[in-house]
Order: sequence, then C-alpha cells, then structure tokens
Amino acid sequence: MTQLRERTAVLEASGVCVDYGPRRRRVRAVDSVNLSVRPGEVLGLVGESGCGKSSLGRALVGLEPAAEGSVRFAGQAVTPLSRRRRPELLRPLQMVFQDPYGSLNPRRKVGELIADGVRLRNGSRAEAQSLPAELLERVGLAADAVNKYPHEFSGGQRQRIAIARTLAARPRCIVADEPISALDASAQAQVANLLLTLAKEDGVAMVFISHDLSVVRQIADRVAVMYLGGIVEIGPTDAVWADPTHPYTEALVSAIPRADGLGALPVDLPGDVPDPGSPPSGCRFHPRCPLAEDRCSTTVPLLTDLPPEYDRAAACLVRVPADS
Amino acid sequence: MTAPAVAVSRARRGWRRGQSQGVGSPWRQPLAIVGVGVVVVWTLVALLAPVIAPADPIAQTSPLFLAPGAHHWFGTDELGRDVFSRVVFGTRITLPLAALLVAASMAIGSVLGGLAGLLGGAVDTVIMRIADLVFAFPGIILAMAVTAALGPQLRNAVIAVIIVSWPIYARLVRGLVLSARTSQYVLSSRLLGASSWRALLVDIRPNVAGPVLVMGALDLGNAILLLSGLSFLGLGAQPPAAEWGSMVAAGSINFDKWWISLFPGLAILTVVLAFNFVGDTLRDALDPRTARALRA
Repeated sequence: MTQLRERTAVLEASGVCVDYGPRRRRVRAVDSVNLSVRPGEVLGLVGESGCGKSSLGRALVGLEPAAEGSVRFAGQAVTPLSRRRRPELLRPLQMVFQDPYGSLNPRRKVGELIADGVRLRNGSRAEAQSLPAELLERVGLAADAVNKYPHEFSGGQRQRIAIARTLAARPRCIVADEPISALDASAQAQVANLLLTLAKEDGVAMVFISHDLSVVRQIADRVAVMYLGGIVEIGPTDAVWADPTHPYTEALVSAIPRADGLGALPVDLPGDVPDPGSPPSGCRFHPRCPLAEDRCSTTVPLLTDLPPEYDRAAACLVRVPADS
Repeated sequence: MTAPAVAVSRARRGWRRGQSQGVGSPWRQPLAIVGVGVVVVWTLVALLAPVIAPADPIAQTSPLFLAPGAHHWFGTDELGRDVFSRVVFGTRITLPLAALLVAASMAIGSVLGGLAGLLGGAVDTVIMRIADLVFAFPGIILAMAVTAALGPQLRNAVIAVIIVSWPIYARLVRGLVLSARTSQYVLSSRLLGASSWRALLVDIRPNVAGPVLVMGALDLGNAILLLSGLSFLGLGAQPPAAEWGSMVAAGSINFDKWWISLFPGLAILTVVLAFNFVGDTLRDALDPRTARALRA
C-alpha cells in the first residue's frame, strides 16, 4: 500500500523543515514533514492557525526554502524561487492563495491575467486568445469577464479567476493555501467543489490547506493533521474521522459542531498552543494531552504506520507503540 | 511637498471627491475642463507669445508706472516696460522649465527608487537615507542654499529644484515596487514562470506608472511655485528677463503700483491651480476603479 502510493506520487515531501527568523532566535515552523500526493487525490492539510500548514504549503511549491529535507515534484527537486524564471518542469506545480484580493493584479484585465498562464508556458498566441474565455466558463464565470478588471468581481468569483489562471498553466498539482477561508459561506462551497472537480476530472493532485474541518471532510480523500509544525496523523479522511488515533485529532474532530446538536461534548484541551519558538520537549503535544505519560515529555514520537487494517500513520507514543 | 504625497496615496485607494457628481469620463468633470482649458490657454500663449504681446518685454519705451488702460492692459512697470507683454513672455520661461524640472526629477527619482525597491539591502539604505536628508530640509530653504552656493542664475535654480524634488518620486516608486514585489499577484506570476524582470515590467510597472504620472502632474504646480519663489528671492531669473517670480518681486518694491505684481502673481496662481486640477483628473482617470465608477 505504502509502496504503491510512493511510486505514483506526483508531489513528495521528505523531512521538510522550514525555519524563520535570525540565526539566534530561529523558529522552526515546519519540522520534518513527510507526505505525498497522487494524481487525482485531494490531500487535506488541517491544523490550528500558526501550526505551520501555510509554511509547509509555501515550501511545497518553492516559495519558502526548505531548511532541511526536500520536496520532489514529478521526480524533479523543487527549488526556491530565484530572480530567474522558474524551471519549466516545475511550472505544472501551482498554488492558489488565500486572499483573492491580493492574488490578482488590480491593474490588469482578467483575460490578460489568465493568458499569462498560457504565454509563460510558451503556448501559442491563438491559445492565449481563446483559452481564457474557455477557462472562465469552466470555473463557472461568463466568458466576457476577460475584459473586466478584478475589482469588478466578488471574492468568490475572484478566487475562481485565480484558479482559472493556474489552470492555464496546465497544472498537475495545485497547493491551495486556505483557498476558501476569505470567502463567504456560499462561495466557499462553490470554490471547494470546483477544486474537487478539478482533482477528479483532470487528475490534478491537490493539497487543500484549511482550518475548516467540515469542508476538508467533504472533499479530501486523505487528511493530514498538523500540530505545532509536525504531522501527528495522516490517513484516509473517513477512517481518521470515524476513529481518530492521535489525541489531538480526537479533540479536533470532536470540536466540529454538528447540525443535529447531539454531538458529544468536545474534548477540552487545557492551555494554548505553545510558542513554536520554544516547543515542548519530547512529544510537542504532551502538555495538553489527556493521555500523556512521563516518557512523552522526553521521547519524540515518530510518525509510524499503524497495522494495515487501520491504513494510516500517527505520531503518538501511547496509542501507537513503536514496535507495532 | 506633502500635499501631492497625500493626493497620490488617495489615488492608490481609489479615493475620489464627489462620487455622485456627474456621469462620464473623469475628463468631463468641471474642474478637469477648467484645468485642461487653462493649461491649453497658457501653452498657446507661450507658443504664440511674439504674436500676442504688443510690445517687446524688455523694451523700456513707455512712461513709468502707467496704470492699466487701453494702451497698456496691465500697465507699465518701474522701467516703463509693458507688464502684459512681460507676463506673456514669462510663459516661455516658466512652462518649459517646469516641464523639464518635473521630467528630470521624475526620471532620477524613479530610477533611484526602483533600484532601491528592487535590489534592497545597502543600495536601498544609501539611496533612501540621501532622500531622507533632502526631505529633512524645507524645500525652499535647501533650494536657496543650493542656488546660493552655485550662484544666482536661472540654470542653477533649475538644478536646485531638481535636487529638492527627486526624493518624492524615489520614495513613491520604492514603496510601490517594494509592496508589489512581495505581493501575491507577483508571486503567482513568478510561479507561472515569469522572471523577476518580467514581473517588474508586466505586473509592477502599471502599478507604479499611474501614481508617478499623477505625482508629476501635481508636482508641476509645485515646481513652478518653487522656481518662481527662487526668482522672487533674486536667486533665479536675473533682470531684465521677464520671469513671473522676479516680476512679483519688482512689484512688491513699489507696493502702491499694484498692477506690477498682481498680474504675474495671477499668472502663477492660475497655472499652478490648473496643473493641480489636471493632476487630480489624471489620478482619477488612471485608477480603473474610479474610472469605472464614473462611467457606470
């Protein structure tokens, strides 16, 4: 199972760390993350704000240099952006940003913005003319939007324009960094469904970063739960939801409000997320963990595969014995 | 010097006076029509000065201190020169020099500011600290000091005004380049495969060009004021040249002969005001948000 996944993965991160700040007060925002995404798969990346999911997303596409470890896209190492053009082989690896107001140049028309995607992959002039309108229709907007400016659209429409722009580059993998959190509820569903459709119809590998667990549950095939820079649990969405292994996942899942009002009371986590500048020793979750034992404060748990019937990996000393 | 800066920052936010007034392009607004009209008139006056002026602007052929009348519409000055002719010929000094001043300080400021924003680091620090140094002085004082050091002459006054006015452009362009360089739209273009030079030309330039042009149009008025001010103080145009600032100065010596300084003063006022109106309009026209709002 694991081997098959690795063989067909289009995007693969191994041991990725992202650091911020001056050398003296280095903060490790992302700590040794391994993950992989296959074509047509939606990987949900969830966690509280500040847990490093955006930093990880930026490192995946090369906007943030990895302090350690590496990211490979279609067999090619992902390199950070320099002054030069991004290597051609990396261009099918695209990103959708959180803020649809900031990710479209306010002074250029929508058609030009989308045509960039064609021109920059050396597509033909005819394609640069015709594709923007087609893509706009694909994302559910009128074709005459090509002659308008971004400010004439609502947030949800802009996000769809931003997605159309990345589609013009013929992406094989899209990292969507909180693509719906700046939108209102109806636009959220549209954009999330659009991304899901792209993954399923075009076989685009999708990393969907969000703190909105109910949306991730709707569209993600697999989900990776991050806490303080590290992945604590990763596995098929349904399985993780139905039977969370890591106590942090358990707390997150129980915190989702339920429409019937019958949900169990959420597990109450004591305290706040610790400062990533001075993370707790051992398991980073141990100060807030209801199951913590003495060894949790000294030994760092590794992300370990559970027995095959569980089909997932988790990083917990108590729940996942290292010898399993 | 801060007035145009404020106006330009408003331009970037799409601010506009009287959203509700009128329909159509920003150039159809009343103030725009007045501004453009006055600028066109003064430009024609400059081009046709020898045809319009009834007398040689430096010929001392008439009686001294004649009040405005049928022969001398604006009267005559202390040397018996026709004030109307002198005001008309004054355009030939003021307008071309103002354009030159603004073009030069815009070019110098934009290049330096662009380099500072794009390269950052030591280049940025050196350029911007020099700009701060210039900013720290009141413009007219620094310009006086420079002219005084170089010698009171029109050419040196021009150099002084350029030295005083390039930092506004540098600061504006640096800020725009800096914020655009790390903006998500530039990042997303870079991810699509744009080099940083392409991003500068395609994504950043249109965001810089508009505000710089607006700043330039607003600064034209400023440049004229500064240059006339230097001439008024005797540091710019030298007698017998027909220059508005020095004419106002001459008139202020003979204060009871109001026409000698009033007419060149009015000329300065109308030109400066007109350029400010044109600058405001340019700002509205170049901002797609307000342009659309007016058309709707």
